[in-house]
Amino acid sequence: MDLTLVEASRLQFAITAIYHFLFVPLTLGLAVIIGIMESIYVMTNREIWRDLTKFWGKLFAINFAMGVATGITMEFQFGTNWAYYSHYVGDIFGVPLAIEGLMAFFLESTFVGLFLFGWDKLSKVKHLIVTWLMAIGTNLSALWILIANGWMQNPIGAKFNAESMRMELDSFQKIFFNDVAQSKFVHTISAGYVTGAMFVLSISCYYLLKKTNLEIAKRSIIIASSFGLLSALSVVVLGDESGYSAGLNQKMKLAAMEGMWETHEAPAPLAIFAIPDQKNQKNDYEIEVPYVLGLIATRSFDKQVPGIKDLVKVSESRIRNGIGQYKILKNLRDGKSSNPQADKAFLKENFQDIGYALLLKKYRPDIENAGEEEILKSANDTIPNVAPLFYGFRIMVGLGLFFIILFGTAFYKMNLKGNFNCKLLLQICLISLPLPWIASELGWFVAEHGRQPWVIEGILPTFLAISSVSKAQVLTSLFGFIILYSTLLIVDIFLMVKFIKMGPNKILHKQYS
Amino acid sequence: MAEIFNYEVLRIIWWVLLGVLLIGFAIMDGFDLGTAILLPFIGKTDVERRIILNSVGPVWDGNQVWFILGGGAIFAAWPLVYAVSFSGFYYAMFLVLVALILRPVGFDYRSKINNKTWRTIWDYCLFISGLVPSLVFGVAIGNVLLGVNFSFDNFMIIENKIGFLELFSPFSLLCGLLSVSMLTVQGACFLSIKTEGDIQKRLKKLLNILPFFNIILFAIGGLMLQKIDGYEITKILNNSADSNPLNKEVSKHAGAWLNNYSTYKWFIIAPILGFAGQIFAMILSHFKHDVKAFIASSLSVLGIISTVGLTCFPFILPSSLNPNSSLTVWDASSSYHTLVVMLIATIIFVPIIISYTSFVFMVLRGKVNAKTIDKDSNFLY
Repeated sequence: MDLTLVEASRLQFAITAIYHFLFVPLTLGLAVIIGIMESIYVMTNREIWRDLTKFWGKLFAINFAMGVATGITMEFQFGTNWAYYSHYVGDIFGVPLAIEGLMAFFLESTFVGLFLFGWDKLSKVKHLIVTWLMAIGTNLSALWILIANGWMQNPIGAKFNAESMRMELDSFQKIFFNDVAQSKFVHTISAGYVTGAMFVLSISCYYLLKKTNLEIAKRSIIIASSFGLLSALSVVVLGDESGYSAGLNQKMKLAAMEGMWETHEAPAPLAIFAIPDQKNQKNDYEIEVPYVLGLIATRSFDKQVPGIKDLVKVSESRIRNGIGQYKILKNLRDGKSSNPQADKAFLKENFQDIGYALLLKKYRPDIENAGEEEILKSANDTIPNVAPLFYGFRIMVGLGLFFIILFGTAFYKMNLKGNFNCKLLLQICLISLPLPWIASELGWFVAEHGRQPWVIEGILPTFLAISSVSKAQVLTSLFGFIILYSTLLIVDIFLMVKFIKMGPNKILHKQYS
Repeated sequence: MAEIFNYEVLRIIWWVLLGVLLIGFAIMDGFDLGTAILLPFIGKTDVERRIILNSVGPVWDGNQVWFILGGGAIFAAWPLVYAVSFSGFYYAMFLVLVALILRPVGFDYRSKINNKTWRTIWDYCLFISGLVPSLVFGVAIGNVLLGVNFSFDNFMIIENKIGFLELFSPFSLLCGLLSVSMLTVQGACFLSIKTEGDIQKRLKKLLNILPFFNIILFAIGGLMLQKIDGYEITKILNNSADSNPLNKEVSKHAGAWLNNYSTYKWFIIAPILGFAGQIFAMILSHFKHDVKAFIASSLSVLGIISTVGLTCFPFILPSSLNPNSSLTVWDASSSYHTLVVMLIATIIFVPIIISYTSFVFMVLRGKVNAKTIDKDSNFLY
């Protein structure tokens, strides 16, 4: 397999991000569930709820360690492998990352120590506060990183500075209240909550099937199924919100996710199934449901959802306009401008299509001399890979709906009816354990693969954002991470399974039935 | 927005803050990195090693956030420095990352299985996880003082000619050695507070010698600075212009790094603090004033790192390939707006962080010994 430097860098980022996100959702969800359990302990003063907290806390710690370990890589990978990106947008992108450190990382990392080791040194209430501060820390972390990612998808509140040759912060407020960021944040933490809930539900059903640790398992299920149901509803609703946002701000991504090559009459139909043909820009074997997409994506009866082919034409005109802006920039940077001050001022307000012109760099370095064929090719390059997005999105949504049904059933049978004996339900809950992970990773795939060819939508193409390093360097780190992470993943799962099999009674030296 | 500070002053503030974050990291995370380095040598039995691990166990993760924040702050306030150094020192960064990745899993997983081989492997992983970052940071700082081989084209695309093996020269290795030794002293001082008996005895023996070693290394480093090529800005538009490293001229000549000490005579306080701190750490530890010894060691770390910053001010990352491309305080910073937003965030949150960190240390005060491990063996590291 022969990878280019760009492909190797992208593959490494994808792999390290996917690995990191194996551990993050569980941290997000389990932290809150543990907080709920300990709150019940403090309110009722019943020993068993403290033991529940400590048991799930032990599994939480095993997972949290891996989340931290894989997270450090992410913070530094922007610098090591995406140096031009770091220069070009660091003025904006670095801010939420640094605030994530100040607000969230310190909070969660400082209090996790007291959570694990402060049981005998703190009063009940003080320890409870510690637990919640830790949980809040993890959720704040999600907030800031998603504000950063939200800006990548919808880069508002920033302007171009020709003197410093980079994008610069114009309005922190716009970046914080970016509706892509806000809907993404609630959607992602909800996904984390679903993951935590499923983790507790599945493992508790395992104990019920094995007929051990029943008192702990039943109480865990009561918390997990209600929390899970609320989270599953939330994740689907906020998923819809994210889709609506994409319809406003990332039209090509939405069109690709929905396999919409042509613009249909409003309200547009939804393709439930299709086999997208990227080369010929059409779908085979399409099964459509009329009106649904138009209603969901535009929340109206009369707004059109632009199709991929029409959006390519928009890209084409932006590329042409961008070449003009680029020419002014190049003259300025080469010291050939006749009026530098005027040019700088012009570019501050007229930079929005430079990114589109930069797409041409794939075909020639001197893009000011680009010909018709190259412009049309670059316009076509703004189409991401439709089939994986189309399928990935549908599987994720399908799983989301399944979670609502599963948690709803568990809530009804076990919470409301008190029936913990339905073997079929227990078994389904148990084998559903990996599903939230699959859904989460697919979600990230859709979000990030869907914005290609952009690393910053409309501003910077991915292939220009890399570091000036050799392929050997990136392949070394790529394989290094694969080997290290895989080893640690095996260790993590081994320890998880070991302690789950041991069960709460053995771990805590207790005798619950 | 009213301009309370001008851009030049804001840049100086952020240069100081960067130093504060790096010093904070070296003082706080330094002591648990040093502890990890000491682990296989000061801890001779399994119980002793568990005592050492649990002395820093509850606080090491919070300490490490100083490092993460430092990285985040470099990204936010000095993005070109972040981009050039992280991609330029590629293999070194990768080694540091691997070492840091081993830390959380090392601490949490080591004692979860009662098997000698399992635990010994993790002990050496933890040792490496303390040694490698300490060594690499020192080597990196040495290379900053020597200048690094990078340049920019007109579009600020980095031309990166930084090799890996050439990062290890006599001067940079000296800095690496000093870094390891300095953080080992820092770790030993902290551990002395938390331990007793045999473990503490071994630490004290070490603290009779190692600070001497640090003083000698630091002195040699200072002497070498006279011979090394330093950098000096010879022409720059003004210190409040938009960040563009291509707009200045720089000269590179031997001994230039000592210029600052003649221009700003008070800079000499930093190296003095570096030396004095080591001496006091040694003496105070000998006379069983463990907390004061830790403070002395911390002040020495502050002094040594400040010395580096003050020596190369206003340079942050000089370029040996094309000195004019060097990254300085005046032309490598983020925009005015970003620096203001970050400053406000820092002013609000750092005091909050310091207060709850102090709270945690206070709750966890007291010695860790065999009884502590025995009592809660299933839930401790």
